[in-house]
Amino acid sequence: MAKVAQEIVPSDYQYGFHDTEDYVFKSKRGLSREIVEEISERKGEPDWMRQFRLKSLAIFLRKPLPTWGGDLREIDFDNIYYYIKPSEKQGKEWDEVPEYIKNTFDKLGIPEAERKFLAGVSAQYESEVVYHSIREDLEKQGVIFLDMDSGLREHPDIVKEYFGTVIPPADNKFSALNSAVWSGGSFIYVPPGVQVEIPLQAYFRINAENMGQFERTLIIADEGASVHYIEGCTAPIYSSDSLHSAVVELIAKKNAKIRYTTIQNWSRNVYNLVTKRAVAYDGATVEWIDGNLGSKLTMKYPGVWLMGPRAHAEILSVAFAGDGMHQDAGAKVVHAAPHTTSNIVSKSVSKGTGRTTYRGLVKVYPDAVDVRSNVRCDALLLDEESRSDTYPYMEIEEEQVSIGHEASVSKLGEEQLFYLMSRGLTEQQAALMIVNGFIEPFTKELPLEYSVELNRLIQLEMEGSVG
Amino acid sequence: MSENGTFFEIRNLHAAVDGKEILRGVDLSLDRGKVHALMGPNGSGKSTLAYTLMGHPRYEVTAGEVRLNGENVLEWSADERARHGMFLAFQYPVGIPGVTLANFLRTSLKAISGKDVSALEFRKRVREEMRNLRMDESFATRYVNEGFSGGEKKKAEVLQLAILRPQLAILDETDSGLDVDAIRVVADGVKRVIGPDMSILLITHYENFLRHITPDYVHVLSKGRVVASGGRELADRLQEEGFESLFAELGIRDEVEAAAASG
Repeated sequence: MAKVAQEIVPSDYQYGFHDTEDYVFKSKRGLSREIVEEISERKGEPDWMRQFRLKSLAIFLRKPLPTWGGDLREIDFDNIYYYIKPSEKQGKEWDEVPEYIKNTFDKLGIPEAERKFLAGVSAQYESEVVYHSIREDLEKQGVIFLDMDSGLREHPDIVKEYFGTVIPPADNKFSALNSAVWSGGSFIYVPPGVQVEIPLQAYFRINAENMGQFERTLIIADEGASVHYIEGCTAPIYSSDSLHSAVVELIAKKNAKIRYTTIQNWSRNVYNLVTKRAVAYDGATVEWIDGNLGSKLTMKYPGVWLMGPRAHAEILSVAFAGDGMHQDAGAKVVHAAPHTTSNIVSKSVSKGTGRTTYRGLVKVYPDAVDVRSNVRCDALLLDEESRSDTYPYMEIEEEQVSIGHEASVSKLGEEQLFYLMSRGLTEQQAALMIVNGFIEPFTKELPLEYSVELNRLIQLEMEGSVG
Repeated sequence: MSENGTFFEIRNLHAAVDGKEILRGVDLSLDRGKVHALMGPNGSGKSTLAYTLMGHPRYEVTAGEVRLNGENVLEWSADERARHGMFLAFQYPVGIPGVTLANFLRTSLKAISGKDVSALEFRKRVREEMRNLRMDESFATRYVNEGFSGGEKKKAEVLQLAILRPQLAILDETDSGLDVDAIRVVADGVKRVIGPDMSILLITHYENFLRHITPDYVHVLSKGRVVASGGRELADRLQEEGFESLFAELGIRDEVEAAAASG
């Protein structure tokens, strides 16, 4: 088979925190069967995964771009690197992590996650996880927390059983793309009855110009288990566009609970197209806590398929669109069983020419009786040119249900601004306080560190100083 | 009436809202550390004066001057006025969803004093003042004015007054909507902060309030102008006779009947 390895060409710094690209391997730009085969071979994957990737590639090439949502026409698929491996070995201790990677985290101000709050840290740099550590008691409990590549290698049976079952490659063009070229992401399995007390976290970022991020996360909480996973990412600015197309699959078995928290502030040139979905069985609960602050365009609709009675979905999201940004986000809940409940709260803020869109689906199948679902979407427009749209879809095929929907659009209240200013806050401080109050139902669900970082990010956005 | 080196001076103030002139040449001087009551029938411009002094964007000053310690107040934005020690206790304070009273107070104190008070110190102060005002501790973590009754909102305003300690506090009908007990509690709260360093402009509709807080001076506003000033005997007289006889004496025609009806 022809090799497509390239020389490493260090590139110049363009912006504050951009490191020399000291990569071991970097694939050619563009996508082809050859590249996909190369990726699979370099990872030493079983044959079924290689086939899975190739089939997915065919689907990706066949499917057209969606005509709804944001504007995707400028993505130049041929001009993207689909795979980069920053180092050969994966370190287990923080000390072993390459210095330039640690520097990047410092410069980006990644919150100093104290050890006692972390069960383990999985830090993805570019397409590969370079640092990974699991605390001893997690291992003792039988909890598996690995990067996806290692997960596939060490637990192929579990992975094979669940991979692609929540989000099949053909679900949409970008899940197909991810299924073909995925790399990195997290793999978590929590055995029955185990409650993981401390949030599991992961970091990753885009660094190389035209780098695509295709991490793949799979989390399985077995019966009665519970886990909280936190994902937060940033990226520096580039002159050409970056593509981030992740797939996250969650499986919450009977009476299990999964909470998945995200705060994303991709830089303004990134296309962030994510497919996230969970399946919840009897009595299980899935909570998506989703914060989107950056990117040129985000399309993301965390979903929960409620498959067993008394399952519950909670989707809490915040979108902040600054100048030139488009956040097209929302939620999807499918009630496929009786006595299931869902609660969706979407808060969006548009500033300058920013645009937010809520796009949601509540679907109730026939015979899914005694379903209660509530959707609340609030939009705040900060400037004259700001824009917000709402597309709530309801497909209710059962009569004995209770479905609620509330929506509001508002501007910064003149009286509120005056009240706060009369207490010494400048107009900017007053606006910030009102915005923070607006997203408070979301912020209060975050671990303290993250709510602090979120407030800081919002403040930077409001000041217009985020690049 | 005013001592030399006037603390707060309003001269010939004209102001309009939505194009309609409400203040038609207000002249008023406030002394440092004194309580000035401002009374008048509905529509006389009492609240307009309060908003104009504090710098509400909708209230347009068309003529006149306002000086605090000789400095030009009208040049300052609302937040600058606050930072120079002016305070307005609103008649209908607006709600700020998602922002706790404690957070709001602390941010405000920091903005005005320019210093950050320690969390412990701050909490102690707030608890003490809330106790004095018979406000339940739980209000500290409730969202500002959201779901507060009228009386609770007024108490929250006086709480802010007690924490922020301005030089000049304008109280816009702080007594309205309160029951007898609440009036006493609020009045006590105000009295506690009155001192040589704080002047109060007490805008009130109800003579009753002045039984609890003795004003040093009383001014009467009618149709956008101060038409009478005096000591507390003036308040007593208005309590006895209402506005009609005073206006008759001054030769003023005012819609007092309408005011009395809506009183």
